[in-house]
Amino acid sequence: MTTLQRKTHPRTLSRFATALITAAVMGASAQAVAQDDDPIKVGILHSLSGTMAISESTLKDTVEMLIEQQNEAGGLLGRQLEAVVVDPASNWPLFAERARELLAQEEVDVIFGNWTSVSRKAVLPVVEELNGLLFYPVQYEGEESSENVFYTGAAPNQQAIPAVEYLINEVGIERFALIGTDYVYPRTTNRILEAFLKDEHGVAEEDIMVNYTPFGHSDWQNIVSEIRRFGEEGKPTAVISTINGDANVPFYRELANQGIDAADIPVIAFSVGEQELSGIDTGPLVGHLAAWNYFMSVDTDANYDFIDAWIEHTGDEMSVTNDPMEAHYIGFNMWAEAVRKAGTTDVDTVKDAIIGVTVPNLSGGYAAMMPNHHITKPVLIGEVQDNGQFDIVWQTPSTVAGDAWSDYLPGSRDLISDWRKPMECGNFNVVNGSCGGSTAAEEAEAALAE
Amino acid sequence: MRRFLSLGLLCLMLLGTAVSAQAQSSSSTPDDQAALALLTALDVDSYRDKGEAIAAILQSDDERARDWLQALLDGRLQRTDDGRFVLVLENRGRDWPVADALTNEPLGEMSRRDLDRIGINNALRNQLRSAIAVVDLYSPNVERRRTSADRLLGEVDGELAETLAPVIADAEDEYVRTRLAQAVAIYRAEQGEMAGVEALTGSLHPRARVALGRAANSDDPIVADAAATALTGIEQQLKINRGLETLYFGLSLGSVLVLAAIGLAITFGVMGVINMAHGELMMLGAYTTWMMQQLLPGQPGLALILSIPAGFMVAALVGIAIERGVIQFLKGRPLETLLATFGISLILQQLVRTVISPLNRTVVTPEWMSGSLVINDALSLTLNRMFVLGFALVVFAALMLIMRRTRLGLEVRAVTQNRAMARSMGIRATRVDIMTFALGSGVAGLAGVALSQLTNVGPNLGQNYIIDSFMVVVFGGVGNLWGTLVAGLSLGVINQVLEPWAGAVLAKIIVLVFIILFIQKRPRGLFPQKGRAAEG
Repeated sequence: MTTLQRKTHPRTLSRFATALITAAVMGASAQAVAQDDDPIKVGILHSLSGTMAISESTLKDTVEMLIEQQNEAGGLLGRQLEAVVVDPASNWPLFAERARELLAQEEVDVIFGNWTSVSRKAVLPVVEELNGLLFYPVQYEGEESSENVFYTGAAPNQQAIPAVEYLINEVGIERFALIGTDYVYPRTTNRILEAFLKDEHGVAEEDIMVNYTPFGHSDWQNIVSEIRRFGEEGKPTAVISTINGDANVPFYRELANQGIDAADIPVIAFSVGEQELSGIDTGPLVGHLAAWNYFMSVDTDANYDFIDAWIEHTGDEMSVTNDPMEAHYIGFNMWAEAVRKAGTTDVDTVKDAIIGVTVPNLSGGYAAMMPNHHITKPVLIGEVQDNGQFDIVWQTPSTVAGDAWSDYLPGSRDLISDWRKPMECGNFNVVNGSCGGSTAAEEAEAALAE
Repeated sequence: MRRFLSLGLLCLMLLGTAVSAQAQSSSSTPDDQAALALLTALDVDSYRDKGEAIAAILQSDDERARDWLQALLDGRLQRTDDGRFVLVLENRGRDWPVADALTNEPLGEMSRRDLDRIGINNALRNQLRSAIAVVDLYSPNVERRRTSADRLLGEVDGELAETLAPVIADAEDEYVRTRLAQAVAIYRAEQGEMAGVEALTGSLHPRARVALGRAANSDDPIVADAAATALTGIEQQLKINRGLETLYFGLSLGSVLVLAAIGLAITFGVMGVINMAHGELMMLGAYTTWMMQQLLPGQPGLALILSIPAGFMVAALVGIAIERGVIQFLKGRPLETLLATFGISLILQQLVRTVISPLNRTVVTPEWMSGSLVINDALSLTLNRMFVLGFALVVFAALMLIMRRTRLGLEVRAVTQNRAMARSMGIRATRVDIMTFALGSGVAGLAGVALSQLTNVGPNLGQNYIIDSFMVVVFGGVGNLWGTLVAGLSLGVINQVLEPWAGAVLAKIIVLVFIILFIQKRPRGLFPQKGRAAEG
């Protein structure tokens, strides 16, 4: 504004100021009317270019499809919904800027967005400062709870822990190779799993192998050969993979080429879904596992309707659905339900109204928003088929509520999160009975760094 | 598993007689009703019930059992909508040729929509493999007998060991005999018997090692001693094999680096153009492979071979466009060239994202390139890597020939050494620039074709290799093709030697630090150019 003033002629400036004032007065008087006519703005914060476009662009399409469907059904509170799409281009600082743009300039009522934990951590302070609403649809490492963020993806106790229990109880695995990409999600998840395996199942130190690789790692020869030797010690062995994105294709390819079959050493992955498999020749992968809260192969009418709508929306017969898409489906419906319940899109009212909201998920059950801003989900284990789909071989008998703070890490064991009044605390320490503020989170991080 | 195997023992004998009986007369087909019942039992949801159904099939003395089990294992045993069971002969495309599972009569083609596959899980897959191995011991096909003998290593129990004794004695095939003897020896060693330990001495098979490890804890001190000695010998052998394996891994990673860098060695090394879009030219080569496979469905091998010239042409043409459109105007201004080509790389990436898809594309590995070449029980070399290694060497040799033995090579060297002098000798320097850049770009396309067999074919493919490529060229000495070869291969080996004990992340960092220090000491790389050309 200052540059504008300096450069503009005084007369133009005064005209500009008059116009501004008039607009402000008219705006104020029109506000009550605008409430009813103006569309409700839904911000979409997913990368459409750069490395994460591969995963995130479909989520943008998903939210757009959900908005279209909602509008066809008459909108919300009698108003139409309008998507505001921005492209943070897989650039983490840009995520924060775009989030600020959505909240401060576009004044959106809600944001659906983010994939990587790094990008979520970048957006977090902005959403909290400007009091926005963010729905985060991807499975993540936990150890976080924000008043303004709703985590519709799985926390570790909704994916990793049940998956390991499946391996131990149903497959009889005794040795575990924890293989992951070197960043916060795999490191935290593997720390939780290591503690869980040692404390709860008495797995010995030498029966756990941990290995991290850089993003986009493509030369897996040595690591796969190490895994093969690790599995040759006479005990049933499995790989727990938190390998992210692109690095998976060369990893599975190397496994197949070195002759490691799912029947010898099964790999259970937490980041490989239908979409990742659509880039792979799945023949050699048959029998490897994945743990999710939704698979495209789920046999329910709701799921078939969703798939049909998705194929129609994309216009591509071959397009697939996956777990984060279902998370957005649940998150969007929960938000819409909460807005309906609250009768307004006001952030504070919706935030309170959404706790306890229950909507159907796509696997034939219901998802409820818990006071810790996580939701209830069933856990499914699927085996890869040669057509790129998963065959569901096991699932939890009932839904599991997401736990923000893991029970297996020393720093976070005593923390709970409850955003209902009067507690309204994301990291309440049940031992000393105080809301830990940011120190508890730092302790957990310090424990992690050890 | 063992319990299941002994369960199958009875039927094994029966099957043995059934197979030999069948050789005399093929009229002993049991009632088709019974066979249908056996297959119908497979068509249930519970995997436990399916397992029992498989055991029942094995126990029936039906000579079609093996075909059914194999088809079930391959996912080719399917049920039609009207409740018949069929074997899919080839599951490719939309319509599949099928045959009746009971009569083996071909039924023509059926749409996959009309067929329901009988699914299996990992436990059943293991059960099926062991079951097929037991049946195959008596197969007239020697290949099957060999696979079966391989499978039985570590799966033998007391009863099976007894049964195997006459089989071993009668085995005509040397390989089958030694393998089965080993399988029995593993069982004996696990029981703490001296004979088993002696027979396993020198065996590199992991199951043998596990069995010896158990024998080494035996109560009998003589057996324990012998087992421990045998184990030390085996460990020694394994170390040598591991060393060879690491060397192979290093050379294969090195060959990828060489392929990625060799095109750059021409454009950057010889011409002095910093081309940040080099990686994207590789990406285009990889996408050409994908495109060829789309054009020739069902023939991935042929498509791959055809993509070698096609990938070269596509990348070379784009290279010419880049040279004519941008680089020629920025001659002698490296910083501007760097920025402009970086912009081109982003444009090409986003172009692929918009026109084709932001998602990775599936490039199929042909049959003859998958799997590995087995040297011994502890060492096998992956075939796709071996092909890439060979390909890199061929490309390198061809480039050397072009640069040393052809008119173009002579002109390129002349122009880069002294442009003005070369022009006054009648060489059209502009034309040489275009040809050189096209050659370097084309080689990048070739690298892309090879990489499509190793890594993701997606818009980011090039980005992952551009830094490595520059690293190799600078390390090897700018302007020297031999330097690029030696630098690529040695960096690959260094990386793979470091990786097991430092981890992939740290190994990469150590290599980078090493190169930085090396460049400090010798700024012109491993093989610096000498003479006046080096000043240019």
